[in-house]
Amino acid sequence: MEILVCVKRVPDTAENEIAIKSDGTDIQRDDLVYSVNEWDNYAVEEAIQIRDKVGGSVTVVTVGDSEAEEVLRRQMAMGADNGILLADDAFEGSDGRGIAAILKAVVAKGKYDLVLTGAQADDGAAQVGGMLAAMLDWPYASLVNKIDTGDKSLKIGREIEGGNQEMNEIDLPCVLSIQTGINEPRYVGIRGIRKVASIEIPTYAAADLGVAADAVGPAAARVKRVDYFTPEMGAGAEILEGSMEEKIDKLIELLKAKGGLK
Amino acid sequence: MAQIFAYITHKGGAVDDTAAELAAAAQKIDAAAQVTAIVVGAGADLDAACQGAAKLFAQVWKFDNAALAYPNGEVVRKLLSQVVPAGSILLVPHDTFGMDMAPGLSIKLDAAYAADVVAIESLSGTELKVVRQEFAGMAHTHIAVDIAKGAVLTLRPGSFQPEKGAELAGTVSDKSGDAGDLGTKRRYLETVEAEMGDVDITKADVLVSVGRGIEDQDNIGVAEELAEAMGAVVSCSRPIVDAKWLEKSRQVGTSGKTVKPKVYLAMGISGSFQHLGGIKGSPFIVAVNKNPKAPIFQVADIGIVENILEFMPALTEKISG
Ligand SMILES: Cc1cc2nc3c(=O)[nH]c(=O)nc-3n(C[C@H](O)[C@H](O)[C@H](O)COP(=O)(O)OP(=O)(O)OC[C@H]3O[C@@H](n4cnc5c(N)ncnc54)[C@H](O)[C@@H]3O)c2cc1C
Ligand SMILES: Nc1ncnc2c1ncn2[C@@H]1O[C@H](COP(=O)(O)O)[C@@H](O)[C@H]1O
Repeated sequence: MEILVCVKRVPDTAENEIAIKSDGTDIQRDDLVYSVNEWDNYAVEEAIQIRDKVGGSVTVVTVGDSEAEEVLRRQMAMGADNGILLADDAFEGSDGRGIAAILKAVVAKGKYDLVLTGAQADDGAAQVGGMLAAMLDWPYASLVNKIDTGDKSLKIGREIEGGNQEMNEIDLPCVLSIQTGINEPRYVGIRGIRKVASIEIPTYAAADLGVAADAVGPAAARVKRVDYFTPEMGAGAEILEGSMEEKIDKLIELLKAKGGLK
Repeated sequence: MAQIFAYITHKGGAVDDTAAELAAAAQKIDAAAQVTAIVVGAGADLDAACQGAAKLFAQVWKFDNAALAYPNGEVVRKLLSQVVPAGSILLVPHDTFGMDMAPGLSIKLDAAYAADVVAIESLSGTELKVVRQEFAGMAHTHIAVDIAKGAVLTLRPGSFQPEKGAELAGTVSDKSGDAGDLGTKRRYLETVEAEMGDVDITKADVLVSVGRGIEDQDNIGVAEELAEAMGAVVSCSRPIVDAKWLEKSRQVGTSGKTVKPKVYLAMGISGSFQHLGGIKGSPFIVAVNKNPKAPIFQVADIGIVENILEFMPALTEKISG
């Protein structure tokens, strides 16, 4: 099976405190720790496991700047066979539709049976996979947490509310967005990354892909971020101050009052 | 003004709580709008659901078709791309169905798409201004949506306050005949229910709930000791289950269990909406987090900025005396 996995380099929310610049144009990006989007890491692991079972190859692709190459290398160290970087100044400021249009062009250049994305990325939109599928006119399923491979179709499980699972049969080729927990992504060490350090990663720009420059980027975007802002909070939590000892004493008092402690 | 539609999810003949939220959101876009609810399915439950929707919306379009007996994202997208007029605004809940169906529909309708909207600010001309969140709720954004060619919006469940009181008597129209071919390349097979675990966290009065802040599997014991000292039960956020450190049955949230404790201790949990969606009945929430800006502090009653790996053992020791 020829599998394409779409991956994105994102600020790691588990590692960073996100602060907004005072003018609201962006978050403060100096000193941010970046990594591969959590969901995409599961998608790559799943692709590798499918390839190891039924044969074929795994290609990882990202739309980003030159720094995004590091996530491609990391996923290749995990076991992806090929990486493709899609980079062009014209891509910057694309909305989800724009990113999907760029990815569609790269799908069209290859011969893939299966395209995987993460369920969602850093801005929580959960949109690119579904848009890409619609542009390709391929069937789509989101939040996939189980894949059984077959010849012309897959049997998949989708996570739905309450942790229940919606089982579906879906024809190939298709696009699936992958939910966390579907597998246990393998660990990637420094040595693994060194091994793939010298592999050539092709970079394609808009012209190479046949993407019209005005179909992507801010001009084509129908949803635009106006600003980042800090909302006016309601009351919010009462923050306990003092030494840890004092906080613990106060908390125990409160817990007793609320029935949390006998 | 663009025509506004709301896609209604329903179960066992009852419309989902989100239906009233979509109605409230539609009023925010246009207070004078005559909103049309779209209700799909097959059989008797569908009629009951349409009656429910008619109490919230001026018009209800009913689509009855065997292919819609289990309305999965693929078949509903195919239907809606046939029947929603170009240029409309369509509201859909941002739940596991909406995430599945809506992004692709926006492409098929050639409409703008805004996902997981938490507030609607204003409409001027063809620019609809909405609020979203990024980075797991750590940053809020204003988004301008160009609705010139229509728009599909998914709305975060629980974000729009339904209006109390006024019940409408909407008209239900059977539009089933407008549906064309509904064959798809994805077929629903069955629903597999989540497994029951060894403990039932939904019955606990006090939960010590751990999140990614617990950092390592070996530290789970620290939470178990605290829970034992308090006579509480250990629950957790999703990453702890994904890592297989605790059983799925201990997960609180939209894709886990819905809990109603008296006291909820959120230990190293950031406060994503999917996690908070599993906490009902407004318990007394205590959040301990090392990041003073963690979103959980917006909803907690008591906030403590500390390292849980130091705080929990110290609290256990004090309680055990
Ligand atoms: C469709 C869908 C369904 C989902 N369903 C669920 C669900 O049912 N339940 C659920 O929980 N999530 C669910 N999620 C995931 C959710 O979006 C979040 O990713 C998740 O809730 C984050 O868990 P967390 O707060 O433990 O981790 P994080 O967001 O990584 O937060 C960890 C927190 O710990 C703090 N911290 C770190 N170290 C320490 C320390 N030593 N001491 C104190 N604080 C520390 C950090 O400041 C941070 O605030 C779902 C996601 C999707 C897309
Ligand atoms: N810039 C990008 N490059 C490659 N894939 C992306 C990009 N942005 C989003 N994706 C894919 O789409 C998924 C969902 O992202 P989103 O729709 O932005 O929430 C991600 O998990 C990725 O698989």
